[in-house]
Formats: sequence, structure tokens, C-alpha cells
Amino acid sequence: MHLDHADAFPHRHTYSAADPHRPDGTRRALRIGLGGPVGSGKTATVAALCRELRDGLSLAVVTNDIYTREDAEFLLRNAVLPPERITAVETGACPHTAIRDDISANLEAVEDLEDAVGPLDLILVESGGDNLTATFSKGLVDAQIFVIDVAGGDDIPRKGGPGVTTADLLVVNKTDLAPYVGADLAGMARDAEAQRGGLPVVFTSLVTEGGVAPVVEWVRARLADWAVRP
Amino acid sequence: MGLDPDVLDGAPVPVPVAAPAPAPSAGSRAALLVLADGRFPAGGHAHSGGAEAAVKAGRIHDARTLEEFCRGRLHTTGLTAAALAAAAAAGVDPLALDDAADARTPAPALRAAARRLGRQLLRAARATWPSPELDALAAARPRGAHQPVVLGLAARAAGLGPPDAALAAGHETVSGSTTAAVRLLGLDPFDATAVLARLAPELDHVAARAAEAARRALGEGADALPAASAPLLDLMAEQHAAWAVRLFAS
Repeated sequence: MHLDHADAFPHRHTYSAADPHRPDGTRRALRIGLGGPVGSGKTATVAALCRELRDGLSLAVVTNDIYTREDAEFLLRNAVLPPERITAVETGACPHTAIRDDISANLEAVEDLEDAVGPLDLILVESGGDNLTATFSKGLVDAQIFVIDVAGGDDIPRKGGPGVTTADLLVVNKTDLAPYVGADLAGMARDAEAQRGGLPVVFTSLVTEGGVAPVVEWVRARLADWAVRP
Repeated sequence: MGLDPDVLDGAPVPVPVAAPAPAPSAGSRAALLVLADGRFPAGGHAHSGGAEAAVKAGRIHDARTLEEFCRGRLHTTGLTAAALAAAAAAGVDPLALDDAADARTPAPALRAAARRLGRQLLRAARATWPSPELDALAAARPRGAHQPVVLGLAARAAGLGPPDAALAAGHETVSGSTTAAVRLLGLDPFDATAVLARLAPELDHVAARAAEAARRALGEGADALPAASAPLLDLMAEQHAAWAVRLFAS
């Protein structure tokens, strides 16, 4: 029931991410999802991305908090974007449902942001912290990043699961903590490579200056692809 | 609760209505199972139907109190929702029904939730059962119409009749609260599902009343529909909307 069947059930109707154009024919904003376990640094990554990209691009963020508006409020408090560019979706204790099985509230949030502050270049959709199987529907986002951290256990890449194996980018965050938790970064890199069959993996430490740079580089490449896609 | 919805009905004022278009005929009875499935992707999973506030207040704490809560919901807001859905399925003007739903939903938090859910359902229904009537409602109410009205129109687009639309609306009134109670309290899911089974005969009865009211609304207008409400649900929905920390949107 929770397996992805992207090829067998393509989203062809006009109400979801599949159509890359706005009703007026212009190219809509690229939508990138960020998922991953609780506390791995999804919100910190979103905040860092916003700081790096906001000067050159029109950005907005949708957060999917599990039971509060904590993530949205973190972004507001840190003033990474003006408040009208941040929307929180409530998920009824089921964050993976809101990003995969029933994406209607998130699609509405995305469309409302486009209406209110658009046209946008990039919308980041942040999942609530969830488990290793939580991935985004292709009806909601065009590409997805899965964020794990070294302190969550260096065996997570080996364990795999849909997030680790299929995300368009795997981010292994908090590399600065590796010496303190005994995490084997080289082993994580080997395991991730084995699980992901050539899909990219980056290691980040957001507490260091420019730590989010590898993710920024990847996002810029997706934006460049998006601009020239038919 | 405890109010006789018939007493609350406005005096039936004959309103001239255009002859309703015949319901689309391509439907199948099994479409009801698709529409009423809790996994139908229309946003319901994020709402508790008042259960979260009732759990916090200690009014729901086990299967027995869940059953009492659901029974109250079914005969009040459930009947009203079922009748609105049945009327929409019967071909009563959905915009008039949307106004009627506003009049029957005094709590602003519940109006907002009903429109948000209606908008989400409209999206799912238009993709699932494409229909000019659904498109017209979406164009007239871009921020969403009341969910029971959309549900009835979706049932109509799926080729289902008013009684089935009423059943779906009534079922949703109690099934959403039951699922939420399982998540909030860790209730035994078998006990919770047995609550829904025990309420089934009453749901049949409520749906039949709703369908009968919808039949009258075809000639008399939306004023013929019941206006049963549960003041405690309204009050607690307003309080719930102001909570800083909650699992469910309503």
C-alpha cells in the first residue's frame, strides 16, 4: 500500500505537480521536498538554503509540523523569509500521509503561496520529522532531499529504506558530531553509495560557515534543469 | 444535542427552483466505497471532528464515551451534513446549499474547516470524477465550498444518488472522530471500529431522514433541510482553534 509506483500510476491530471506550467502558460515554481527523521536538521537546512538563495530567487516554504507550528515559527523567528512566504500545514499526527498519500492540503498551500507572493522560482516543502520510509508524492514535488544525521546512527545508510535509497539527494548532516558519537563517515559514504546506485550524497555541517554549500549547489543545478525542461 | 432538528427547521418557504439536471448515469454503486473510503485523498486525516477537544476535556476516554460522542455528532451535525450532501446529490443548487451550510454552521472555526476540507475534496473529486458541475462550483467558490455540499456533488458526479451521498456524509461524521480517538488515546482499534458498527443502524436512519429532507428541498428549497447542531461542539471547536499545540486541524 505504501510502495511507490511512479511508472504504473503517473499523475496526469492537472491538479498536481505533474503539469510544469501555470494556467497562463508560464513555468511554475520548482518544488523541492525535504524529508527525514526527527532532529536530523531539515528545518536548519531549509533556513540555510533560504539565506543562500533568497537574494537571487523568489522563494517560499511550506512546513508540515506534526503537532505544533514549531518549524514555521523557527523560520519566522530567524527571519529567513518574510512571514507571508512561509505556510504551515497541519498533518493530524501523520506527516507522511500529508506528503505522500493525501497531498491535498500541501498542494493548496503551494498554490496559495503562488497566488499571494508569486510568481515564485522555488518552493521548499519540508516534511514533519518521520521514519525512514517517508517519501514525497511525485504529485506534490519535482525533486526530494532526504536529510539524515551522523548522530542518528551511522548504520542508517546501510539500513536503506525508500528515503535513503530513492531520494534525489541524500544529505548526511552534523558531520561535526562524528568524533563525539563514534560515527564512521567513510563507512556511511560507502553504504550510501551501495544503496543509491549513483544518486548523489552530500555531507554537511550546518554549524560551520558555508556548511550548506553542497546542498545549495545541487538545488541550483535542479533549478537550471527546470528552466530548460520542455 | 437533544434538540429536535424538525423544530429547528425554518418554516418551509416555497422557493422556485430550476428543474434539476438529471444525475450523470455512468455511475456504479461501488463508487460509494471509493468516495467513503477513509483513504480517499481529500484531507480528512488531519481533522478530528471535535474529538481532540473532547479528549482533552475528558469527555472521551474510552470506547463507551467515544460511542456517546459519535452518537451525539451523528444525530446533530451528522444529520445536517448528510442532508446537505443528499440535496447536492439530488440536484439542488450547490451555491444555495453553500449558503444554507453557512447558516447552519455558527462557529467560525468550523466554517473555515468545512471550506478548507471542501476545497480539498473538490480537488480530489474533480480529478477522480471529472464533471462540469464540480468545475462550476470550483469556479464559483475558489476558496472552497462547505465540505458536505462538495461531497454530495461528488457523489452526483460519481453517479450516486441522494441516499448514498447522505450515507457517505453521515459515515464521515463519525469515522473521522473515531480514527482520531484511536490516535489520541491509544484506544484498542477493534473496540473503536465496533463503535462504528454499533452506530450503523442509526446511521441508516439518519441517512434516510436526510434523503427525505433533500427530496423536499428539491421543491421547497434549502430551508426544507434540517438545521440540527451541537452547541458544545461549536464552543469547543472555537477553543481548539486557539490551542498552540494540537495534533489535528479541527
